[in-house]
Amino acid sequence: MSPHGNPEAPASGAAEINREAPKVSPAPEQSAPQEHHDRSAWGLWEVFVRSSRGLSHVHAGSLHAPDAAMALRNARDLYTRRNEGVSIWVVPADAIAASDPDSKGSFFESPQGKDYRHATYYTKSEGVKHL
Amino acid sequence: MSTPDTTTGHGDISTGVAGGDSNASATRITPGNALRPEDIALEVKTGLAKPSEDVAEYALRIGDDALILAQRLGHWISRAPELEEDIALGNIALDQLGHARSFLTYAGGAMLNDDGSAKSEDDLAYFRREHEFRSIQLFEQPNGDFAATIARQFVVSYYQFELYRRLTESTDATLAAIAAKAVKEVDYHRDHSAQWVLRLAGGTDESRKKMIHGLRTRWPYVAELFRDDELTAKLAEAGAAVAPSSLRADFDHLTGEVLNEAELEVPDVPAAPGGGREGRHSEHLGYLLAEMQVLAREHPGASW
Repeated sequence: MSPHGNPEAPASGAAEINREAPKVSPAPEQSAPQEHHDRSAWGLWEVFVRSSRGLSHVHAGSLHAPDAAMALRNARDLYTRRNEGVSIWVVPADAIAASDPDSKGSFFESPQGKDYRHATYYTKSEGVKHL
Repeated sequence: MSTPDTTTGHGDISTGVAGGDSNASATRITPGNALRPEDIALEVKTGLAKPSEDVAEYALRIGDDALILAQRLGHWISRAPELEEDIALGNIALDQLGHARSFLTYAGGAMLNDDGSAKSEDDLAYFRREHEFRSIQLFEQPNGDFAATIARQFVVSYYQFELYRRLTESTDATLAAIAAKAVKEVDYHRDHSAQWVLRLAGGTDESRKKMIHGLRTRWPYVAELFRDDELTAKLAEAGAAVAPSSLRADFDHLTGEVLNEAELEVPDVPAAPGGGREGRHSEHLGYLLAEMQVLAREHPGASW
């Protein structure tokens, strides 16, 4: 259907020490609206499918549709043909705010090495039951 | 239509395509446990399901309707206006093919080959001639443009829904079981076609013009769907089948609601003579069958 997001660029040294607040990257489709417009007048939608009751919706892919009603039907036709789901969500791709791949360092690597944020870091006190 | 080893199950294909925890994957696939044509073939072979001659003829009729429509719709693959719609029409074609396989397999249980074996779905689909097909003429009408195809889908899906809904009550257990599987699928076909009737009618001047034209070209064939004859009268009396005329009121009411919402009128056109149930077809069926049957006839017994 369409590529999902941008492939992560290799983090440069400069990005690692970037002190600016993490940026919010544009949603995938906004980076190439013109190209999309040429192919079709239909907007891009992201599809989330729940495979069975009790599980959460998982991103399955994307599709083009003129509105939500048609997007749901197209999602049904494209992503649940093999009995994959019991529920579908569709979301306009430009309604999704995605984290910026360039902010990987400040966003996602800082928790590394902080063992004390995990319960296993702490030794169990003597005599405590049910831990 | 058949694949090798058709009488055994699919085995376990419940594996996650995306890898990782297959239970959490959005692309976990399962075959489900619905009635399959292979199950009916097994029942026919073992004698568990044996249609009367009348029921077999009836199953052949509605199986032929679905088969011819599947062949017509399959032609849209790679030709639909949008990729998403291409797949939607392909799905509907395959649903119809599934119904055809079930009905024809069952019908074959009362139709014997020269060697005394029951006719298979393939025998019936590939080795009958034009006048031996029992489909109603609407189903063989050429696709036309997208609006004309939607117009045919609109008529067919509302007709089939009413038919299958009632057939689930059939005294013939196999007909009832096939109908119970089919009615859910056809319910979606109704939604699909009604959506498009509304959108094309309410779209641009051009799309509205094409929708009106599409409905006008299909409507002459509507009357034939609801004609009773000796066979349907006898089977309806016995509770095994449905009198086609009894479907008309609901069909008119429900299609009328959609047309009304789309601000379209029921086309005022004379009815075509019909005769598909007796093997009289329009000039289009022969070409369709030539394409559908050529491979099986050139290479009898071939599998692919």
